[in-house]
Amino acid sequence: MNVVYFIFQQTMYFMIPLMIVALGAMFSERSGIINIALEGIMTMGAFTGVLFLSLTGGNFSGQGQLLIAAVISMATGMVFSLLHAYASINMKSDQVISGTALNMFAPAFAIFVARVIQGVQQVPFSNTFRIVSVPVLGKIPFLGPLLFQNAYVTTYIGIVIFVLSYVVLYKTKFGLRLRSCGEHPQAADAAGINVYRMQYAGVLISGALGGLGGLVFVVPTSTNFNADVAGYGFLALAVLIFGQWKPVNIMFASLFFGLMKAVASAYSGIPFLHDLGIPSYFYKMVPYIITLIVLIFTSRNSQAPKAEGIPYDKGQR
Amino acid sequence: MKQKSTKNYTGILSSIFAIVLGLIVGLIVLFFCNAQQALPGFATILTGAFTHGAKGVGQVFYYATPIILTGLSVGFAFKTGLFNIGTPGQFIVGGFGAVYVGILFTSLGPVHWIAALLTSVAFGALWGLVPGLLKAYFNVNEVIASIMMNYIGMYLVNWITKSYKPLFNNLRNESRNVAASANIPKMGLDKIFPGSSVNGGIIIAILVVILIWLILNKTTFGYELKAVGFNRDASKFAGIDEKKSIIFSMMIAGAIAGLAGGLLYLAGTGKHIEIKDVLPSEGFTGISVALLALNNPIGILFSGIFIAYLTAGGFYLQLFEFSTEIIDIIVAVIIYFSAFALMVKLLINKINGRKATISEQSREGGKKS
Repeated sequence: MNVVYFIFQQTMYFMIPLMIVALGAMFSERSGIINIALEGIMTMGAFTGVLFLSLTGGNFSGQGQLLIAAVISMATGMVFSLLHAYASINMKSDQVISGTALNMFAPAFAIFVARVIQGVQQVPFSNTFRIVSVPVLGKIPFLGPLLFQNAYVTTYIGIVIFVLSYVVLYKTKFGLRLRSCGEHPQAADAAGINVYRMQYAGVLISGALGGLGGLVFVVPTSTNFNADVAGYGFLALAVLIFGQWKPVNIMFASLFFGLMKAVASAYSGIPFLHDLGIPSYFYKMVPYIITLIVLIFTSRNSQAPKAEGIPYDKGQR
Repeated sequence: MKQKSTKNYTGILSSIFAIVLGLIVGLIVLFFCNAQQALPGFATILTGAFTHGAKGVGQVFYYATPIILTGLSVGFAFKTGLFNIGTPGQFIVGGFGAVYVGILFTSLGPVHWIAALLTSVAFGALWGLVPGLLKAYFNVNEVIASIMMNYIGMYLVNWITKSYKPLFNNLRNESRNVAASANIPKMGLDKIFPGSSVNGGIIIAILVVILIWLILNKTTFGYELKAVGFNRDASKFAGIDEKKSIIFSMMIAGAIAGLAGGLLYLAGTGKHIEIKDVLPSEGFTGISVALLALNNPIGILFSGIFIAYLTAGGFYLQLFEFSTEIIDIIVAVIIYFSAFALMVKLLINKINGRKATISEQSREGGKKS
């Protein structure tokens, strides 16, 4: 049983950031803007958040510090994503090119600034955020060890974001308007919706959640930040497509990807997997191979937003 | 004819616009860090490559070789309506093929390096083939498929290299040296640029650039590839086998990126396949090279040399206590503004006459569908 708890706790560390980032990207893509800058946004968010943890580490610790860092990461992500929004909405650039530029910019910027501030590119931080056991809830049989032991407060933030995303996308006026902009912006405009404003909102949400996701990824899995989020931005893109742009499916897709990542990183500590003798590279590759296979079966009737990637031009109405 | 020359002119103009803005942003960043050192540092970026004369120029060509080819791979795919973001994967898989043959097939003698290079081309083509097939037959977005193939390729190469003893140098956690017979010959370039790492790879790269330019502009095959890129449905209606075209486009793009990997790892300059879970940066730089050149093969040759030139200059920045990442920042900003430049180009075309605008718009429309 302990093995199950261990795997599940590890899975959470990998799953929650993927889910947060993919949900963010969902808002952007459903408003019609492709956002492949997730990797860069995560890097920037993780950088400022971890930098804050590092600089305030001497006289500040615990959950309060982490929450402030989370807010900083979200703000950074939003500001950074504004560049993508401006290029793709106002300048009608190719969204993939602008996203690629941001992906290249972020790690270079993080390394450069880290070197200017502290001389080396790694930003260390002391992890004082792990909750060994949540009071009361951690004692519940089965569920306690599964969800409320060895956890991070960010896990619960992630779950809240998931519920909120679902409600906002499907149960609010804003969500309906956002979705209509991704499907048929001309019709949305004719119905009196400000398409540009909706698309800005979509990209900014993806920026905020992307920045947060970067921090949430780095904190449990590392002790320093080295201008890199290990391809998680691209993996989140895969999660988004695997999840067919729908919140519940995205949650399950990130659970699956998180599980594979957890197995790849911790399999030597899991007796029965260790005995199988399959190298970790296999588990690292599996999520990508499965995504390819899933794409084969789903791309014919893809649920992708119809107007995705096409700059909205009022004149074409 | 007059129309065409105006178009080329606006293309170069928009690239220069992006380069100037990128350099200005770089200068501003330098000023923020250290105002006193900013101007000499900036001068170093622009002229540092010449610090050591002919050797420095040779180094620029050495750095330029792989990124010209990855750029050509991206640019070629763009010309045929596909975004090949899979260059990092094709690059590393191609490089692995070359290293594999370079280490193990030592009995080939004088053709050893050619065999190793051809292997890199074949492996790269294979890695481009998969997204091509998926796009042609299952309508899978090639961007996503290529991203997946990048990581699959990277992990596979690391896995095989690490687990197969003859390939793996476990002291340094990287691949072993290839046999001397597998190194790319210098082709006389060591006489022109003494002391530098440049080799015949740059000549091969230039030949491939010319070959791709010829294919795209002077052959029916190239015309068909471009036609499918403009409008898949119309091409099919006109009798072009559009599935075959997409598959060939991705295969050729992959082959070029694979060759880039082969040329780098066979250069005999101490470059090995490192067992790290990081995609090779040469692949992503190729995207910059292609975008800066607006995907024109000849332009890619120059933009590749330009970015290599900045990179070479950047190495000397450490003298001023600036880190070399400023070059990556500048290049990223250049790419960001070159995305704007498409808009700038459209505007100039609009001024020059409606005809150009219309053809541009139909191109845009075809790419998106």
